[in-house]
Amino acid sequence: MQQIINFLIKYRNFLLFVFLLFISLVFTIQSHSYHRSKFVNSANFLTGGIFLTIDNINSYFDLRVHNEQLLEENKRLRQKIFNPLDSLSSTIDTITYDSKYRVTKAKVINNNYSLRNNFLTLKGGRNDSIKQDLGVITSNGIVGIVDKVSNNYSTVISILNSNSQINAKLKKSGHFGILIWDGKDPNLVELIDVQQKAPVAKGDTIVTGGMSTIFPEGVGIGTIQDFSIDQSGNFYTISIKLFNDMTNIGQVYVIENMDRKQIEDLEQQTIDEQ
Amino acid sequence: MSNSIANNILRFVILVLAQVALFNHINFMGYINPYPYVIFILLFPISDKKASFLFFSFLIGLTIDMFSNSGGMHAGASVVMAYSRPWILRSVFGVAYEYNTVKITQTSFTERFTYITILVLIHHFVLFSLETFNVSDILYILRKTLFSGIFTLILSLILITLFSAKRK
Repeated sequence: MQQIINFLIKYRNFLLFVFLLFISLVFTIQSHSYHRSKFVNSANFLTGGIFLTIDNINSYFDLRVHNEQLLEENKRLRQKIFNPLDSLSSTIDTITYDSKYRVTKAKVINNNYSLRNNFLTLKGGRNDSIKQDLGVITSNGIVGIVDKVSNNYSTVISILNSNSQINAKLKKSGHFGILIWDGKDPNLVELIDVQQKAPVAKGDTIVTGGMSTIFPEGVGIGTIQDFSIDQSGNFYTISIKLFNDMTNIGQVYVIENMDRKQIEDLEQQTIDEQ
Repeated sequence: MSNSIANNILRFVILVLAQVALFNHINFMGYINPYPYVIFILLFPISDKKASFLFFSFLIGLTIDMFSNSGGMHAGASVVMAYSRPWILRSVFGVAYEYNTVKITQTSFTERFTYITILVLIHHFVLFSLETFNVSDILYILRKTLFSGIFTLILSLILITLFSAKRK
C-alpha cells in the first residue's frame, strides 16, 4: 500500500498528463463522429454571447454584400409574382409549401471554412423553434444541418465538414448521389455514387434530392465543374462548384419539415416489423 | 506573486478572445491560421507546481475548442506541449533553468527563438494530427504544421517582444 502511494506521488505529474490527454482524446474522437460531445460546442450561453458581440461589430463590414444578396432574392421573388405563368404555379406551391415546411430565419454569428470539420454558429435556438437535424439554406443554396441547440444559439454542421453526407441529384435527369466534402477547397464539393448511366455534363445544376426529410426537394447546391468515373467503373464522381460563397454568409433560413416525425415513425415501424 | 497570478489570468482571457475573434478567421492562403494562444503556455511561470501548469494549459486548450467546435484537439495539443516544456527548457537554457532563474522575456534572441520554435512545432503537429485523425494524411499534417507554425512563431515573437518591452 505504502509503495502504491509512493508511486502515485512520484509520478503524479505524469499521471495527470495521461489523464488530461485521455480526456482530450475522448472529446476529439467524439468530435469525429456525427453527433458530437455535449459540452464542448459553441452553442452554449458564454461562447454564443461572445460570438454575438463580435458579430455585432463585424456585420457592419459585410452590410453591402448582404444587402445585394437580399436585393437579388427580392428580384427573383418579384419576377415570380409578375410572371403570370409562374405566379399561378407559385401560388399553388405556396399553399403546399406552407403546410409542409416551416421556415425560420437566423443570423450566422460564427463561420469556419479552413478546417476539416467546419461548423457555423447561429443566433437562434430552442426559443426560435430551431431543433436538431433541421436543414439550413440561404437564398442561393444549402449551407448545412443543425447539430447542437441551446435556448438562444445553435451550431450547424456545414456542408464543408467531412462528416456531412447529403442526398443530392441532377436537376435535369433526377439521378441521385451523395454529397461529400474532401476537405480541400471551400468552393468545391463532391457528388459520389452517381449511376454511370446518368447524362452528366459540365455546367449542369445539382439540387437536393427528395429522399431525406431534412431538405425540401430542389434546393440549389451548385453547378458541375468536372467529373470522372471512379475506380469501380460504375459510378461518377462529380466535383461541384457551390452557388453559395461559404466564406461569406450572413442571414440563413432554417427549414423544418412538418411531416418528418410521421415519415420517420412509419419507416421505423416497417423496419421493426421485418 | 499575486501580480503574477493577475497577469496570467489577464493573459488567458485576452489570448482566448484574440484567438477566437481574430486569429481563427485569418485563413491566409485559404487554410493557414496562426494559434498565438500558445503564448500563455510559453510564458507560464516556471516553478515546481507542474500540476497546475498542466491543468491550466488543458483549460486554455479546451476553451479554444469550445469556441471552434473542435472537440478536444486544442486541449490535447496544449497538454502535450505543456508536458514537454521542462525538457525543452533544460535543453535550450541549460544550467540557468536548473536554478529557476530563467525569464523568457529576458533571454537572448537565439535561445528564445529555439525554445518557441520547438514548442510551437510540437503543439501544431499534435493539433493537426488530431484534426485529421488519419495517418495517411501525413503530408497534409506536415504541410499545415510547417506553414501555420511559421505564422504562429512570427506572431508569438512579435507579441512577446512588444509586451515585454513595455513592462521594463
